[in-house]
Amino acid sequence: MTDIDLTINTDLACQILTGFIKSEITRVGFLRAVVGLSGGIDSALSCVLAAQALGPENVLAVRMPYKSSSRDSLDHAQLLIDQLGVQSKTIEITDMVEPLIRLEPEMSKVRKGNLMARARMIVLYDQSEAFKGLVVGTSNKTEILLGYSTMFGDSASAINPIGDLYKTQVRQLSRALNVPAPIVDKSPSADLWAGQTDESELGFTYEEADRLLYLLIDQRYMPQEAVEAGFDEKFVNGVVARVRRFQFKRMLPPIAKISNRTIGYDFLYLRDWGT
Amino acid sequence: MKLQLALAQINTKLGDVQANLDKHLSLIDEARQQKTDLLVFPELSLTGYVLQDLVSFVAHRPTDDDPIFKPLLQASHDLDLVIGFVDEDSRHRFFIASAYLSGGKVLHVHHKVYLPTYGLFDEGRFFAWGDSVRAFDTRFGRMGMLICEDFWHASPPYLLWLDGADILLFSSASPGRGLGDNEKLESARWVERINMAYASMFTCFVAHANRVGYEDGLHFWGGTTVFDPNGEELVHGPYNEEALTYAELDLNQLRRTRARLPLLRDERTGLVRSELDRILSRD
Repeated sequence: MTDIDLTINTDLACQILTGFIKSEITRVGFLRAVVGLSGGIDSALSCVLAAQALGPENVLAVRMPYKSSSRDSLDHAQLLIDQLGVQSKTIEITDMVEPLIRLEPEMSKVRKGNLMARARMIVLYDQSEAFKGLVVGTSNKTEILLGYSTMFGDSASAINPIGDLYKTQVRQLSRALNVPAPIVDKSPSADLWAGQTDESELGFTYEEADRLLYLLIDQRYMPQEAVEAGFDEKFVNGVVARVRRFQFKRMLPPIAKISNRTIGYDFLYLRDWGT
Repeated sequence: MKLQLALAQINTKLGDVQANLDKHLSLIDEARQQKTDLLVFPELSLTGYVLQDLVSFVAHRPTDDDPIFKPLLQASHDLDLVIGFVDEDSRHRFFIASAYLSGGKVLHVHHKVYLPTYGLFDEGRFFAWGDSVRAFDTRFGRMGMLICEDFWHASPPYLLWLDGADILLFSSASPGRGLGDNEKLESARWVERINMAYASMFTCFVAHANRVGYEDGLHFWGGTTVFDPNGEELVHGPYNEEALTYAELDLNQLRRTRARLPLLRDERTGLVRSELDRILSRD
């Protein structure tokens, strides 16, 4: 197997990412951030980075349990809130989600999961206006590439500091920034239903996926070269297919062009235009 | 002869030329008080980097009647300046440009000759390609200016060397990339390695001013450097923060180094030309 090292310099990563949060929030006239804190490692890392960048008093961590959410999720989120001294709020989403589920009694697990993710997005964007803070994203590079997210749900944010870090790197940086051990060490889960884990749903571990994605994406390996480097061919093909299939989740909806100048094609400005 | 050089690694406001001019003027003041002879600003220091459709709105001509260049030309009576901007020619082609201002005059304008249009870069879509690489005379000797991708290619620094430049002034808006376990980004290490190599191979001074700050998700890493004709690093600015970095260039070092190491004397330009002719005329 080819030697693959995803280790990052955590001091430099922290410096770049906190600088990013500070720059991208303050330049558009804000001082504060809102983070949905699930109790998992990704949102914990985003919250730590936001607290370092803006000061804990300027960060609102929102816990948004559903009735079936595990107690651990809430407790782990609270551990981090206490450690960082950020502001916090708990808003249960059960009463938002249940009326729609009652109208659609046949609703599948996946639909319910999407519904919860989108209900949380609604809460966060409402808190964004109330707290006068921008929503800081919590999606990592692995899940963005694998499309393991709900569109307009957990993938919705104003800025995302951790979207270029693989899950393995999220773990490394979280340890370096003293995210509590129970959060770093537990199995990743969207906690949308009891006993759910990411890795059992995906059918492989994040560590395996990260090593492969690093070759395919960062090192520009052809799939066949990844197989020659020691990865199972089925696994390689499955991951390549997933990355392609979920490209739509990584984009704004394409606009049909009919004029001479069309948003997205030839009307091109950065978000930071004029700032 | 000594040259007091200052390199300004600044953040910029994207597309807000007036705000960026104000920052230039305040740094010029600061450098003037430190008895600076020459102050170098980074690539596109008046405009910001990822301009896209802003290009035509932020372009200026480096002339006395231009409201942005007028105060800069005025300031150049006290110290020489290298300014990064978008130059619009009389036929409305837009160039990424650096202007060398001295004594109220524009001594030289360089148009970027290599526009990276790959990976995260899209310059060729928005800008015209410069078509010359020329050294020019200053009160401190002959110099040459290049902009970012220009010196990722070996030929522009080589041409400036042959054209008589003893001081190479490089400016960049270099987005940081390639974070591994090293304490420096891959892009920073790469640039520092080649700048050191040019100083060593051409036995000349190489000064590099790179900007800092963020534009959307891009992060510019700073890390200004000056290398002397022995390839030794004279100064190294901080990474990722605004700074004015000063360096004293002992121009007599050129003579001492070249007395020891006559790479310039021995450079076989005729051989280069005949081999280039052969290579370029190959079927």
